[in-house]
Amino acid sequence: MTREPLIFDLSDPGKRPFGLPALDVPEAPGLWEGLAARRDIPGFPQVSEVEVVRHFTRLSQLNYCVDLGLYPLGSCTMKYNPKVNEKIAGFPGFSGVHPSAPPDTVQGCLEVIKSLEDALAEITGLDAFTVQPSAGAQGELVGMMLIHAYLKSRGNPRKFVLIPDSAHGTNPSSAHVCGYQVQEVKSDPAGRVDLAALEKAMTEDVAALMATNPNTLGIFESDICEIARIVHSKGGLLYMDGANMNALTGVVRPGDMGVDVLHINLHKTFSTPHGGGGPGSGPVGVVKVLEPFLPIPVVVRRGDGFGLVADRPLSIGRVRSFFGNFLVAVKALAYIRTLGPRGLREVAEVSVLNANYIRKGLEGVYDLKYDAPSMHECVFSDKLQKEASGVTNLDIAKRLIDYGFHPPTMSFPLIVHGALMIEPTETESKRDLDGFIEAMKAIDREARENPDVLRAAPHRSPVRRLDETGAARNPILRWEKDERP
Amino acid sequence: MSYIALSDKDTAEMLARVGVANAAGLFQCIPDGVRLDRDLDLPPAMSEPELLAHFEAVAGRTTYPRYLSFLGGGVYHHFVPAVVDYLSSRGEFLSPYTPYQPEVSQGTLQVIFEYQTLICQLTGMDISNASLYDGASAAAEAVLMAQRLNNRRRVLVARSVHPQYRRTIETYARNLGLEVDEVGFGPDGRADGAALGAKLGPDVCGVVLQSPNYFGIVEDLGRAAALVEASKAVFIVVVAEALSLGVLEAPGKLGADIVCGEGQSFGLAPAFGGPSLGFLACAKGSLRQLPGRIAGQTRDVDGRRGFVLTLSTREQHIRREKATSNICTNQAWCALRATIFLETMGQAGLREMALQNIHKARYALDRLTRVPGVKGRFSGPVFNEFVLDLPRDASVVAEGLKARGILAGIALGEFGAGLKNSLLVCVTESQTRANIERLASALEEVLR
Repeated sequence: MTREPLIFDLSDPGKRPFGLPALDVPEAPGLWEGLAARRDIPGFPQVSEVEVVRHFTRLSQLNYCVDLGLYPLGSCTMKYNPKVNEKIAGFPGFSGVHPSAPPDTVQGCLEVIKSLEDALAEITGLDAFTVQPSAGAQGELVGMMLIHAYLKSRGNPRKFVLIPDSAHGTNPSSAHVCGYQVQEVKSDPAGRVDLAALEKAMTEDVAALMATNPNTLGIFESDICEIARIVHSKGGLLYMDGANMNALTGVVRPGDMGVDVLHINLHKTFSTPHGGGGPGSGPVGVVKVLEPFLPIPVVVRRGDGFGLVADRPLSIGRVRSFFGNFLVAVKALAYIRTLGPRGLREVAEVSVLNANYIRKGLEGVYDLKYDAPSMHECVFSDKLQKEASGVTNLDIAKRLIDYGFHPPTMSFPLIVHGALMIEPTETESKRDLDGFIEAMKAIDREARENPDVLRAAPHRSPVRRLDETGAARNPILRWEKDERP
Repeated sequence: MSYIALSDKDTAEMLARVGVANAAGLFQCIPDGVRLDRDLDLPPAMSEPELLAHFEAVAGRTTYPRYLSFLGGGVYHHFVPAVVDYLSSRGEFLSPYTPYQPEVSQGTLQVIFEYQTLICQLTGMDISNASLYDGASAAAEAVLMAQRLNNRRRVLVARSVHPQYRRTIETYARNLGLEVDEVGFGPDGRADGAALGAKLGPDVCGVVLQSPNYFGIVEDLGRAAALVEASKAVFIVVVAEALSLGVLEAPGKLGADIVCGEGQSFGLAPAFGGPSLGFLACAKGSLRQLPGRIAGQTRDVDGRRGFVLTLSTREQHIRREKATSNICTNQAWCALRATIFLETMGQAGLREMALQNIHKARYALDRLTRVPGVKGRFSGPVFNEFVLDLPRDASVVAEGLKARGILAGIALGEFGAGLKNSLLVCVTESQTRANIERLASALEEVLR
């Protein structure tokens, strides 16, 4: 595998520029009066179009992706991204539309937003949604802001937010960015929220509990109704991180379990592509009493059409420009319309079946710290392999690359040491699941017989193990001219 | 239509292997009382042809594409070379996750590294993150970053900053006890230097200016920087029209401490406002307070160059509530499009595109202010947007132009009575002289 040069090393200022039409107006006189202009952009590349196409085509070939195979990253729901949704998002009536256009000229766009909000409300059992948040983490932040604003309107925003020790790292961070102090709630021996610990921690200084259900161990919080009762009894609110909603669609609704605020990820449950890290979308749903606090503007039905309302005195305001990642919303709505009610229930059923099939295949081979029933993902660890030969979850993960699979999520949740968190999603075939199980078993055998092959893995990737410590210690974060070889 | 890849036989075998009789058996851990005992109340499933027809009808109810549009104000109609759509729609770029496993993510990581370099070159700053959600949230993150850098509590934001950006800054600042104060604008449309000087003090954490500002006026960043520097506040420059960086001096060369903004102009469709591309760049010394993901260069065990996500000790999966921000992803695919766009345009192409914006906007400003009763509102230099003062309420005039098939701009009534008759008009390289002429004639008719 040859390495692909940086574009800056291919650049030649003598190359012809990209052609634009000739200027059809007279040049403006006194162009630079009162302006600080630049003559050039030092180091900025100049290459031909064919070089650009080859550069990015070669770079693309260095990536693993869902379109290539199983991508069992736990908590990330790497399901197939339907191609027709990309085509729909590209319709000029969606992609070519300016967000400041008068509402009567953008009825189709407003219809998409309102229809998606309504569908999400039905799927989650909550009363109202906003699609403004750009990602799950921004959804969490909006959720916290809504809770803060609501409690403040009732006299006291309170000080603390309770977060289980198995939670995603963004939960405590989002609560903190909203000005709350975080208190951790321990899990019980079965891997669920410890009710006694919750009862003790839940006081009238606590604004909310941020729960994930199914939690990050892939375990359903069966005491969810009791959890809600405890939180509500002290006047707090129950926030649900909906990252794992893929296990629940059409089977059970958070709103029916006592959840007051929730964010979901359109790029997980609703199939929109992750794009190597974004754009995502993290809509937030709320119960009726929190609706007046949602970000502005709000899309409303008006007669046969749709309008916008920005005059909402209780609103938290805005968390970004315009209407969120609109084209992501288009794709998610297309997905919901494709599947319909039965299809959405099948998503939950098959994602749980696939996860349990993998669990069954690997139980006994890899250690399962918590043996409660699994939902859409299961969390193994490297305990047995480590005891046998000292190899770690990192070695196992890197070796999976040689077998043609993307590794699972590693070292999370924090309460499982050496975690390997596997989420196959509903779109995988039995053949691929069997292939993955066989690869994991083969790696276990190698861990016992030839552990060095794991420690040196991956062997068949474009680059081998990279020096991450060195990267952090001596940060090189951009190309610079004097670094040319 | 569904995307399940199991046959009935597969399902039966797998259920048997798992040891349950049917799918319902998989959900026994959910208490009976809360399980949904009905189908979701949603329209039935659609096949792909039905789906396409349905959404063609929905998209058709948006009539915007039929209008001649001069809308700007944070989202711009620019030409996008065909290679941007072609390359960015490759599944290898669209369908991976965040590059947690660098050995099989070198494509995404090298693109981010190139993106970071391009942003540094354009802004004149030392370092850039891997991108943020959009310009508004990038501005808010810049303010939080300033607060972490000097721990002061008051932020000065120019009123000529995009109103949605200002609103977003307020939302983020509110719960953290940061006070947001405004600085007005002068007759040239630039932030009022005297007012800024008067409001600066040792408690001011950061000053936020946008250039070109919401009125399209290029700010005098050097002058503002000198004022801000004296108070040791963090000078944050927002660029909502990133194309301007192709010809205007890099804010980093004019004294900015943080440069952030919106990169939609670099190859992203208007898309009703999103997906968008927030960028944020700063000086090396502020690295530890920079929010968001960052890619860095390193070597593999064989000594080959490679790239990784780095400096994650700032981030929430390690630092949890002590993290520099709650952002755990970037807009990688949008940053990819910007990178393809910028590398395709090249230095010369980008400059030419930016220049055409200035020439066309200034031609249009000149032409439109020759319509009787129409005046330029501000005297400062413009990039590709300008404010017209009309003899009547601008929203009424805009309605009249709309009836003639033209969306002429954004009425600025929300800025208060002083701008009730003002219209923000945007003219990019995508407008022709004939379109500008059509707007001028229609405006003359409406005002007659």
